[in-house]
Amino acid sequence: MNVKSIARKAILPSIAFALALFVGGLVIGLTDSRVLSKISSPISFIKIFASTVGNAYLALFQGAIFDPNLAEGHSFLTGFYPLSQTVVNAAPLMLCGLSVAIAFKAGLFNIGAQGQFILGAIGASYVGFHFKLPIVVHILIAIFAAIVLSALWGGFVGLLKAKTGAHEVIVTIMLNYIAANFLLWLLGTSAFLRPGRLDPLAPPIAESARLLRLFGQNYSVNVGIFISVFVAFLFWLLINRSTWGFKTRAVGANSSAAKTAGISVQKITVGTMLIAGGLSGLAGAIHVLGFQYELTADVAGSFGFDAITVALLGRGGPVGVVLASLLFAGLRVGGSTMQANVQVPVEIVLVIQALVVLFIAAPGLITRYLKIKNLESGQEMASKGWNG
Amino acid sequence: MSLELQGITKRFGGLVANDAIDFAVADGEIHAILGENGAGKSTLMNIVYGLLQPDAGTISVDGKELTIHSPLDSLAAGIGMVHQHFMLIPVFTVAENIVLGHEKTGLFGKLDLATAREEILRISQEFNFDVNPDAIVEDLPVGIQQRVEIIRALIYDAKVLILDEPTAVLTPQETDELLNNLKKLRESGRAIVFISHKLREVKAIADKITIIRRGKVVGMASPSSEQSELASLMVGREVDLKVDKEPAKIGREVLKVSHLTIQDHTGRTLVNNISFHVNAGEVLAIAGVQGNGQSEVAEAMLGLRDHVAGSVLVDEQEIIGKKVVDCLELGIAYVPESRELDGLISTFSIAENLILDTHTSAPYAKFGRYFPDAVKKVALERVAEFDIRAQSVADSASSLSGGNKQKVVLARELSRPVKLVIISQPTRGLDVGSIEFVHERIVTERNDGKAVLLFSTELDEVYALADRIAIMFKGEIIAIAEPTISREELGLFMAGVSSQKGVSA
Repeated sequence: MNVKSIARKAILPSIAFALALFVGGLVIGLTDSRVLSKISSPISFIKIFASTVGNAYLALFQGAIFDPNLAEGHSFLTGFYPLSQTVVNAAPLMLCGLSVAIAFKAGLFNIGAQGQFILGAIGASYVGFHFKLPIVVHILIAIFAAIVLSALWGGFVGLLKAKTGAHEVIVTIMLNYIAANFLLWLLGTSAFLRPGRLDPLAPPIAESARLLRLFGQNYSVNVGIFISVFVAFLFWLLINRSTWGFKTRAVGANSSAAKTAGISVQKITVGTMLIAGGLSGLAGAIHVLGFQYELTADVAGSFGFDAITVALLGRGGPVGVVLASLLFAGLRVGGSTMQANVQVPVEIVLVIQALVVLFIAAPGLITRYLKIKNLESGQEMASKGWNG
Repeated sequence: MSLELQGITKRFGGLVANDAIDFAVADGEIHAILGENGAGKSTLMNIVYGLLQPDAGTISVDGKELTIHSPLDSLAAGIGMVHQHFMLIPVFTVAENIVLGHEKTGLFGKLDLATAREEILRISQEFNFDVNPDAIVEDLPVGIQQRVEIIRALIYDAKVLILDEPTAVLTPQETDELLNNLKKLRESGRAIVFISHKLREVKAIADKITIIRRGKVVGMASPSSEQSELASLMVGREVDLKVDKEPAKIGREVLKVSHLTIQDHTGRTLVNNISFHVNAGEVLAIAGVQGNGQSEVAEAMLGLRDHVAGSVLVDEQEIIGKKVVDCLELGIAYVPESRELDGLISTFSIAENLILDTHTSAPYAKFGRYFPDAVKKVALERVAEFDIRAQSVADSASSLSGGNKQKVVLARELSRPVKLVIISQPTRGLDVGSIEFVHERIVTERNDGKAVLLFSTELDEVYALADRIAIMFKGEIIAIAEPTISREELGLFMAGVSSQKGVSA
């Protein structure tokens, strides 16, 4: 993949994001009581409208990347504390996004990243608090446990699909519920309940199983981001430089031609779901071992669901997913600052996310109304001809 | 009533699909439009029918200029169209299909079919169509379904009847009946536009022939012209319609099929207890009308179907129950009936498509690693050898024309060491140039001592290539004949008349 093709692929997501910010801005302005109170005088209305939206997005930026207020009186770098938070959240999101993306490659829609994440978090957490092991070994075993559990959880979906034709969307959605409630039950059992506590909270992860922080204890950013980016690179290798990846792409693009060429669609379906599950489970491990340090009932937050958006925005490719996960993590982290500083509800971030998906999922909206042509394949006309 | 087109021009982006086309048909006349796939015939007729708007040019009926915005306008002007793919609802009756879109209703919206039924019977009797208005469409043979389409046009008073590739789906007998029916319609004073790329039929029926090539009218011809003359006008160069074939050098028995029975997943029998064999160095053509079990047999030869009973031996190895990949491994080349669906991955590059079933072998792969550079290198060789016209092997397969797509599939399948070549409908939808290439290549494989199993619904193709002809009808092989069998006799077999003499299996 060269720079040019990446740039071409980036056009649609970029436009979608810009449009989402624009519509989001309208929503911010038009739901603000101070703005609405000036609706009778157009000039001051426009002024306060612009300043409200501007301040909101400025706060979003400060909350996600760099906040000069934090830098004041400290070193300049202190201002980057929000960026550290963004990156910490981006790492698991990236892995979940890759999980959804690899399923896309095989023509599968993995809605189950959430449940797979939970299984991974359970595995990593249990190894993390239960055993006493030397550093590094402890981490590796915890991660291994997470991947095995979640891969089985995902692979089960592939098996059902391959053997019985059960649709993966339905099965993964249902398994998400099962995973969430399984976690809730597990946290009440004596094996997982933290001594002296009655609320669903597992014991803290042992120091030896915690991921190394990169810039000291004040910044939560840790090696998890390196693991995630490296996995994104492995993703690229697997898809583009391995026979397994070739088969996966073939099945995803045209399963009937793949079958005719002797590729086992069933094997690919099961294998892909195993990998997808493992990737989401790794995300759960990194989140628990690198940031949360404990297993809670809502450990997965909305990572597994945001991952679908991330994979869509990233157009199913590793580079896209890396960038999209950073972007969405920034939105999430910055959103709370926006609420705190300028009283714009954090839900506006959800609106922006939803709008991005809407514009991506309905590219006709963009291509038709903005008259942008040749976004993806410029050869459609030539291929289909005019003679039907 | 006469239809006249003047200077019809239609562009799609930079492509000129119709370039200032003039065409006229008078009442009591059959005027054929002859041209290859992609020449612009269908575009032109879709303009007349109102499905497309021309960029320039005029359409006149009886000297009066018309603007046609939709099929309703053309219908009102007395133009009726019979599409290549019938626009019928299979589970409706003939009468219901015919009133569709023009329903008359009585009290409380009750559908009034009585008038339609009478009309259908009247037209059916007038032209000897033998159509029962209460028959369910899906129960009718394709030839009758086509008559339903014609009746639908006539019932709304079409004076100009356009038929788009009407014989593509018909048996030879049905084709003859259609041509006779068209003659009766001509006698009734209707103007008929007959679109086709089949020289024989055009010569048999047309009063005038207009030849279109690359969106332009390249000439008019009379039906008495030689076939080769028409072909070279259509293609734009000299065409050799004969395939040169030396006598077959028959070798060992490569494929032996015994008592093969195939069912669908509901248990319905699609292929019933058939047996045949193919020797090295010969082409066995399985002829038959589309949908008589040929596709299923082809798929079973590669392990692509479930619910298969009987025995299929390739060099004495049983392949029933084997995986597809193992069948390919045994030395079977497989060119599927549908290039688009089963033969190619349209979003993959040409290079990737060329190694679709060899991607795990050297030099493309080693220990699970995949080497795109090696793929590209080999692809360049194949593109040269098989004369695949592409700008770059990195372009997606969807950018290729039908002929070049088929060459990609052939290049892939015939570059492996194979002993049995299974090839289904190899020239469907291809231009004459590509057909020549594909036919020559098949003969080359045969002369090289490979066993070739050819499935074809095109009689010309069967006669050009076959050393023996098996005829399938309703899931059974009803005869295996020498290629000296007459067209009439072969046609009768294809229609299921099995009392004729023939060499049995």
